[in-house]
Amino acid sequence: MTTLTLTKRAAQFAVIALAAASVTACASRPKPDTMPPGPPAPPPATQPSTPAPPVGQGALPGTMQDFVINVGDRVYFDFDSYSVRGDAAPVLEAQAAWLNRYPSVMIRLEGNADERGTREYNLALGARRANAVRDFLVSRGVSSSRITTVSYGKERPIDPGTSEDAYQRNRNAHTAITSGAR
Amino acid sequence: MRLRTLFVALTAALLSAGALAGPARAQIEVDVNRGDIQPLPVAVPGFRGERGAEIAQVITSNLERSGLFRPIDQAAFIERDLDIRYQPRFADWKTINAQGLVNGEVTVDATGRLTVNFRLWDVFAEQQLLGMQFTSTSENWRRVAHKISDAVYERLTGEKGYFDTRVVFVAESGGRIDRIKRLAIMDQDGANPSYLTDGSYIVMTPRFSSTSQEITYMALRPEGSSIYLFNLETGRRESLGSFNGMVFAPRFSHDGGKVAFSVERGGNTDIHVMDLRSRASSRLTSDPSIDTSPSFSPDGRQITFNSDRGGSPQIYVMNADGSGARRISFGSGRYMTPVWSPTGEFIAFTKQAGGQFHIGVMRPDGSGERLLTTSYLDEGPTWAPNGRVLMFTRETPGGAARLWTVDVTGRIVRPAPYPQSGSDPAWSPLLN
Repeated sequence: MTTLTLTKRAAQFAVIALAAASVTACASRPKPDTMPPGPPAPPPATQPSTPAPPVGQGALPGTMQDFVINVGDRVYFDFDSYSVRGDAAPVLEAQAAWLNRYPSVMIRLEGNADERGTREYNLALGARRANAVRDFLVSRGVSSSRITTVSYGKERPIDPGTSEDAYQRNRNAHTAITSGAR
Repeated sequence: MRLRTLFVALTAALLSAGALAGPARAQIEVDVNRGDIQPLPVAVPGFRGERGAEIAQVITSNLERSGLFRPIDQAAFIERDLDIRYQPRFADWKTINAQGLVNGEVTVDATGRLTVNFRLWDVFAEQQLLGMQFTSTSENWRRVAHKISDAVYERLTGEKGYFDTRVVFVAESGGRIDRIKRLAIMDQDGANPSYLTDGSYIVMTPRFSSTSQEITYMALRPEGSSIYLFNLETGRRESLGSFNGMVFAPRFSHDGGKVAFSVERGGNTDIHVMDLRSRASSRLTSDPSIDTSPSFSPDGRQITFNSDRGGSPQIYVMNADGSGARRISFGSGRYMTPVWSPTGEFIAFTKQAGGQFHIGVMRPDGSGERLLTTSYLDEGPTWAPNGRVLMFTRETPGGAARLWTVDVTGRIVRPAPYPQSGSDPAWSPLLN
């Protein structure tokens, strides 16, 4: 029979902790970590978030469908980045031009992040993305009074997958028309 | 939504050991720091009287779930119908190698008042280690069982228990792209789950006060976010106010007098703190990076937080007035959601490295880092009030989020007793 006579020994725990530390603690000097470059981003095909009109009918100019289909309502970002990428700039230029053509349209910029981060950090990251797009549009003449921003963090993925492609699609800023479209 | 009134009068009295046992010197002890490699075999026969079998079952499940105890199957018991007034037949319990024995008796009086007497025995030393009596209303029988579990745990480990507690969390349903998130609460053993919000908006990051039955959480709507304070006893809910930007990541100071949180303006996220009495708030960080996930030290003098000011998310510690910020995480990878332990001994965190996520702990100076878990996605640890167990969110690739627990040694990793999808758990203090 085994009689378990164990006592609390803080010293013993310290030894265990140290042994574990020698395995897990690696770098000793502070250095900013840089993530290895990920695989090239897939072409950011626009993801229409509202149903397209029936085939044979073009979207009427100035409508939400027009914006989503002919301009593009979503731009994409690299991992943990909020820089407007080269492939996003033409989309945002077109967004700005369209918004300047229809000055009564109000928009909400929704920043999104992939699931490879914590909920809280990704809220902050999504906010950076929404604001990067906001700054771009304002720099192209869209009045800031027409724009609100929100971050959904990783709460509103558009792709349920877990591949790098899915993560890429979920790192985006969505331009949602809230009012003023025809 | 009104919560059932939580206040219950539970009284405990030491049972007079009488002639039953001499001074109790524990021969059996369990070392929580070793997570115990060999769980202690214990026997918990059904208590006599109304609800007695169920009370024993709740105690058995609690002890088993801690990973420190191995309850023996009742079918193996030799002595039956133990009577609280007499010593057990120790030889019968030695035969099945029960090291600890918990027996008890339940009586309910004409007014519905429940009285539970129980004793904890060291079988091989043939000694009583504990004799106590709890009285309560009969609908509170589960809480009595949790209090007995805590008493047994404390007597055998030397640490406070954590069974008479609750967990507030986010109950998740729906698909991955249209997830419904409702604030929910349950007993730590998964019993009595109930929803606190209706799912019409996203809720995130509920956190318990460590001194009262009050929580704070974030609500996210297309129009923006709010931080709420919610008193679970009174049902009173109020917003922290408007901050001209997104607000998130709220957490109480340990004395319950302040809430630290993040405010995002123009893409820049800083940490603010509000004194709940005066409602005055101030900004604690001001650099152009992401500063979030603040967590106070138990003495209230320091705040650990998450910042990417060095180029990637890492853990920092600053004084409670925002001065003296210094980085404490230096391993390879990204460190997030630091949470100071109730004892002050550790800071728990989420770590992302090599395509995996971990829950880990380190000392507040950054030394002694230990990773306790590894998976596709582990996130957001919360401490049990005794600082010995952590609950966190685990997601499998493409799967639903689930609540899991791990002990501070990292040896005992298991799903929390909530069979559905949940995330963002926060452990309550011990109930009164």
